[in-house]
Amino acid sequence: MKIIVCIKQVPDTTEVRLDPVTNTLIRDGVPSIINPDDKAGIEAALRLKEAAPDSEITVLCMGPPQADVALREALAMGCDQAILLSDRAFGGADTWATSSTIAAALKKLPYDLIITGRQAIDGDTAQVGPQIAEHLGLPQASYAEAIRVEGKRVIVKRQFEDRYQIIALPLPCLITALAELATPRYMSVAGILDAYREKRVQVWDLAAIRDTVDTANLGLKGSPTRVKKSFTKQAKGAGQVLRDLSADEAVEAIVGKLREKFII
Amino acid sequence: MDFALSKEHALLRQLYASFAENEIKPLAEEIDETERFPAETVAKCGQYGFMGVPFPKKYGGQGGDTLAYALMIEEISRHCAATATILAAHTSLCAGPIFMAGSEEQKQKYLPPLLRGEKLGAFGLTEAGAGSDASMQQTKARRDGDDYVLNGAKIFITNAGYADIYIIIAMTDKSKGNRGISAFIVERDAPGFSIGKKEKKMGIKGSSTCELIFEDCRIPAANLLGAEGQGFKIAMRTLDAGRIGVAAQGLGIAVGAFEESRKYTRERKQFGKRIAQFQNTQFELADMGSRIEACRLLVYKAACEKDAGREFNLYSSMAKYLCGGLGSDVTRRCLQLHGGYGYIREYPLERMMRDAKIIEIYEGTSEIQKVIVAGQLNVK
Repeated sequence: MKIIVCIKQVPDTTEVRLDPVTNTLIRDGVPSIINPDDKAGIEAALRLKEAAPDSEITVLCMGPPQADVALREALAMGCDQAILLSDRAFGGADTWATSSTIAAALKKLPYDLIITGRQAIDGDTAQVGPQIAEHLGLPQASYAEAIRVEGKRVIVKRQFEDRYQIIALPLPCLITALAELATPRYMSVAGILDAYREKRVQVWDLAAIRDTVDTANLGLKGSPTRVKKSFTKQAKGAGQVLRDLSADEAVEAIVGKLREKFII
Repeated sequence: MDFALSKEHALLRQLYASFAENEIKPLAEEIDETERFPAETVAKCGQYGFMGVPFPKKYGGQGGDTLAYALMIEEISRHCAATATILAAHTSLCAGPIFMAGSEEQKQKYLPPLLRGEKLGAFGLTEAGAGSDASMQQTKARRDGDDYVLNGAKIFITNAGYADIYIIIAMTDKSKGNRGISAFIVERDAPGFSIGKKEKKMGIKGSSTCELIFEDCRIPAANLLGAEGQGFKIAMRTLDAGRIGVAAQGLGIAVGAFEESRKYTRERKQFGKRIAQFQNTQFELADMGSRIEACRLLVYKAACEKDAGREFNLYSSMAKYLCGGLGSDVTRRCLQLHGGYGYIREYPLERMMRDAKIIEIYEGTSEIQKVIVAGQLNVK
């Protein structure tokens, strides 16, 4: 089976700084990691490969040149090949432009299963995975908490707030992984050394995908999303504390407040 | 000259740091308190390649270098010096001499299970009457047909009881002095080989330290490491290289205590201020941070000299000497910054301080390091 895992390199902190002009993230100086949901996707792919050793895992990342280290980490965990989609023309992309770019690259690769993370901890959109599936016309299952391959189909347990859904998809298809899907293994020492000495990260620029993408859909200019304003949320004022109430009085008081604010 | 780590070394450090934080730190207090050998950690270390970092892949190693190994010992020692001792004795003192002096057959037979972490290694040189003066070996090995027969006892042997493979130094011809000393590979189940009493130590309590007893212990002659009479040289060269790891251990212990103190002094308030706001705290941490960085450069230099194939003895002894002092000095001062809490076992400082002392003693005391450095500097 040919598996492609799409990953994103994200800042390892909740204190992201924003460029005041473009309202995009400033990545310099902030330690970077593989997005946690994506890393679970890598682990899930590695387990599928352990069950079917002739499988091949390609890991794909769109990002600036320094995203190379995220791909090396994936290689050091055991992925077979890595592709970095990197070109100034891809910069500043919103989810539409990002998914257009990644889908263009995927059109050039053989695959049975594509795994992406559910959402990135920097943007939190959860849109790129599903959009890629739409660009490629693939069946998709988001929020995967467990997956199992059975012949030519994959069984996915999808997690919702109040229920699970277990569905079967025909291969090829796309799955977006929750962090709960699989706890990622560590890299190994030899894995790291091989990732730099024996494996390589292919860099694909615009020229590499020009024939599978409409360049009007790339980068900041191809992004229909307009950020009106980005800001750090301020703490709200202190809440109202109700003391010394019995359980019944407390219920009465809370329901009353909710009615008062037309919440219920 | 570029002091930055290579990309692969930087990623290795990231691996070691996260592994130590998640897998080793949570056990450090318990294995110290109960003097328990952390077999489960050693198994995990094998799984991720930590048991064979600086050896070629063809023998089951990871294909790394001495710097990659030193970084591992440093990162692990930040959280648990006992675990670092287990790995260092296994890597430098057992796999090291087999790789350095072993025949191709010995390497093929013994290195793969050691380096994959399926077997654990140990090294027996010290005796009751042969400490810093290692030439006073009383353990004897006598050739008998296709075997050697060993008699005697070793003391203070790290990993004893848990190790499967032991490098044992013994006298084969007393009339030749140091040139009558030989090295042997002894397997745990060799007839006549037993483990004596387990020592109760001040620190690194999670590592096992026992006596080894040889009573007409019979091993195949094929287990002679190098030639007869080369044992003293093999032992000394083994220790020369091992000192880089021990130095990294002293460095790591100091870094661990330093980081704990940086965190603590930012939180602890007295006289209405965080104690990090007092200049005494700032000066202490500034001084210790500077010393740590200087020692780190020396450890890495010793490792890089070895990796470059140059003579590294001077640097490994300097590094071990200074890092031994660093560990003891920094842990003592960091404990002081913690005040009463530093003295309480709930905080890791008192453990770090107890652990640090061994760096000034084992694999050549600080005094022996100064003898080596003086010799290398041709001071007579």
